[in-house]
Amino acid sequence: MDFESYDVLVVGGGLAGIRAAIAAVEANPRARVGMVSKVYPMRSHTVSAEGGAAAVMASNDSYETHAFDTIKGSDYLADQDVVEAFVREAPVEVIQMEHWGCPWSRNPDGTIAVRPFGGMTTWRTCFAADKTGFHMLHAVFQTSLKYEQIIRHDEAFVTKLLIEDSRCVGVVALDIRTGRFDAITAKSVILATGGLGRVYAFTTNGNICTGDGMALAYRAGVGLKDMEMVQFHPTGLPFTGILITEAVRGEGGYLFNNQGERFLKRYVPNKMELGPRDIISRAMITEFEAGRGFEGPHGKYMHLDVRHLGEDVIDRKLPFMRELGREFMGIDIVHDPIPVRPVQHYMMGGVDSDISGATPVLGLYAAGECANVGLNGGNRLGSNSLSECLVFGAAAGRAAAYYASSAKPVTANPVDAMLWDEARRVETEYLEKKTGTERIAVIREEMQKEMDTGAGVFRDRDGLSRLARNLGGLRDRFERIKIDDSSRTFNTEVLAALELDFMLEVSTAIAFSALAREESRGAHARRDFPERDDAKFLKHTLAFRTNALAPRLEYRDVKITNFQPQARSY
Amino acid sequence: MADKTLSIKATRFDPQHDEKPRLQSYEVPFYDESMVVLDALNYIKSHVDGSLSYRWSCRMGICGSCGMMVNGVPKLTCSAFLRDYWPRPVVVEPLNNFPIIRDLVIDMDDFMHKLKAIKPWIIRKQDIPLGAGEHRQTNEQIDDFRQFSQCINCMLCYAACPVYGLNGEFLGPAATALGRRYNLDSRDEGLKIRLPVIAEAEGIWECSFVGECSVVCPKGVDPAKAIQQTKLDTTLRFVLPYGSRE
Repeated sequence: MDFESYDVLVVGGGLAGIRAAIAAVEANPRARVGMVSKVYPMRSHTVSAEGGAAAVMASNDSYETHAFDTIKGSDYLADQDVVEAFVREAPVEVIQMEHWGCPWSRNPDGTIAVRPFGGMTTWRTCFAADKTGFHMLHAVFQTSLKYEQIIRHDEAFVTKLLIEDSRCVGVVALDIRTGRFDAITAKSVILATGGLGRVYAFTTNGNICTGDGMALAYRAGVGLKDMEMVQFHPTGLPFTGILITEAVRGEGGYLFNNQGERFLKRYVPNKMELGPRDIISRAMITEFEAGRGFEGPHGKYMHLDVRHLGEDVIDRKLPFMRELGREFMGIDIVHDPIPVRPVQHYMMGGVDSDISGATPVLGLYAAGECANVGLNGGNRLGSNSLSECLVFGAAAGRAAAYYASSAKPVTANPVDAMLWDEARRVETEYLEKKTGTERIAVIREEMQKEMDTGAGVFRDRDGLSRLARNLGGLRDRFERIKIDDSSRTFNTEVLAALELDFMLEVSTAIAFSALAREESRGAHARRDFPERDDAKFLKHTLAFRTNALAPRLEYRDVKITNFQPQARSY
Repeated sequence: MADKTLSIKATRFDPQHDEKPRLQSYEVPFYDESMVVLDALNYIKSHVDGSLSYRWSCRMGICGSCGMMVNGVPKLTCSAFLRDYWPRPVVVEPLNNFPIIRDLVIDMDDFMHKLKAIKPWIIRKQDIPLGAGEHRQTNEQIDDFRQFSQCINCMLCYAACPVYGLNGEFLGPAATALGRRYNLDSRDEGLKIRLPVIAEAEGIWECSFVGECSVVCPKGVDPAKAIQQTKLDTTLRFVLPYGSRE
């Protein structure tokens, strides 16, 4: 067992985490910054982001409209002071990425180009063709290699936060290659672990998106905020759930039902294909239920059609989509419509954190998808999340470095004991467990099916109550899991069990938070409460872990500055 | 269709117990034409043998985790369709030319060091301040380096490279291509700093025009071209007066 100590420790190596690490070093060049990630950083799920990063770049754009679009998109659950700070920082961060080598697509004069995106009233989404996340992640990761102060622990999985005297002083991490447990201590810790899409069966998210950071914070007593707010992207490929970017519609693609109708005219007549994701996903499900979807071997779907754009535009603006169509569907999008249906994509909810990423636990910060800083409210607008990773990753990195510069050093004694306890826990409950009967994959698949059914695009009390109850049953069965693999070397089965443990934790928080929000707002659509209820629910949900199945729920008023809630129509 | 099966032979190796790798056979139901080799591995891990170890994440050909040898050819297993192999058995092995950590998991530390060695970041004599805005760069200038920027670090090219197989000191296809990506970027001024690492490192002159790396690349990168261009860069540096090639 080893003992490493840092000023700032970042958990997660995606866009938010790496941006935070660089910001910490630039804020204090003498800081020692650690970064622990369960995969090599360039494998992080940022890599799959396609469409772009929103920022006010064009001369006809303004901070105020970006803020208003974001707040209206959030169905007024965003904290407006956070949104206002975000829109001002986003262009600075886009320029910073440019200086770090991101190959942004350009205007003819060589300036950074923008494209239209859903819910945005003007063109403000910067892009690198349709592989924006891939290019941003590789640019920021490769840039991070020049900072000798950033020490990476690749392929190490954090199982627990070290909390001493209500202060976060590091993590316990399992080194995947050797099976060794390490205490990695730090004066401050930044969670940047990404989303939790794998709690659903049908998701765009990669296998690594298992809500780790949210579960770690939840177990350390931090509230999870607005966990009922789960985004379903309208256009995923049937069977695989692979994301077809919103930029397809931004560039002019149409959505058709089986009648050959652009059905969005009944739902978002003024925006059509550029409506926000929550409303378009609901429109698609509504059409399916009315019998107006196509039927395929993998369920109902709609047609996303770009044939009228022509090969030249497709190859310049959407080359990856053409590649994905060819590879995974056997179609050429130049000549064939793309079959799509709504798919879990993003988590608006997350670790309760403020405008600088600080959580209520001293020394603990969060950024990116695992955090809820109050930017996205009930529904995130497409292309705001890559910018969020930059703006709030940088903010958390600076805040953590500043805090660390005056924080007391971490003492070894209590840390040693905590490390020993945690290593024993994982060894007894997972590695040395011989008596169980339940297969991890079976419990995971049942959880995913339950989540798809109970906490999908539309919800109601019966479905959510059943979901909560059934998650409790799965938690009981999880106590009796059977693990085939007893090796210490790259034991991905124990890893999958630890991830499932975290996923059961966060999915339960989703179910109970959704059950209690008896209104429809943003992505949370209750069939039994179809209206928004500002009198009762213009509030954030905060779920705190208890020893029972159900969390304790509290509510906090949304911060309103300049934009009074109004009816949300497009 | 429902009863169709396919046999998978996968490499098993646990350094704690095994002296050398062996192949283990599994029968996997082949129930959907969209199934890929990765789906078959996931079926085995979920329902047959939880101890089979391999890396994967995005399952859409962009994270670069799931490269393995499939019937002797380096492939991303998320994009290797079972229908292209059935009814023949599919042999899945760890990528060639790398040490094996466990089962299908390779040790790629060597590449991570080489990646850092080529200084894969924008180098400028003088940074421009953020307030000055972006560097102007046209889409045509991006075209100069675009293909080299598509590398997902999946290691298929290293598994296919005969030179890397013989000489581990060789910088190799992906790292050379990424060095080239920065050298060709109109914003970058680091060519002279990178050239000693890229061109004078071992191996580059042994690289022939075989181009196996470019054949197996799943992203259309042409590392063989990067290597040949780098040789030319180096030669020109001897021919041209010092400093005239930036």
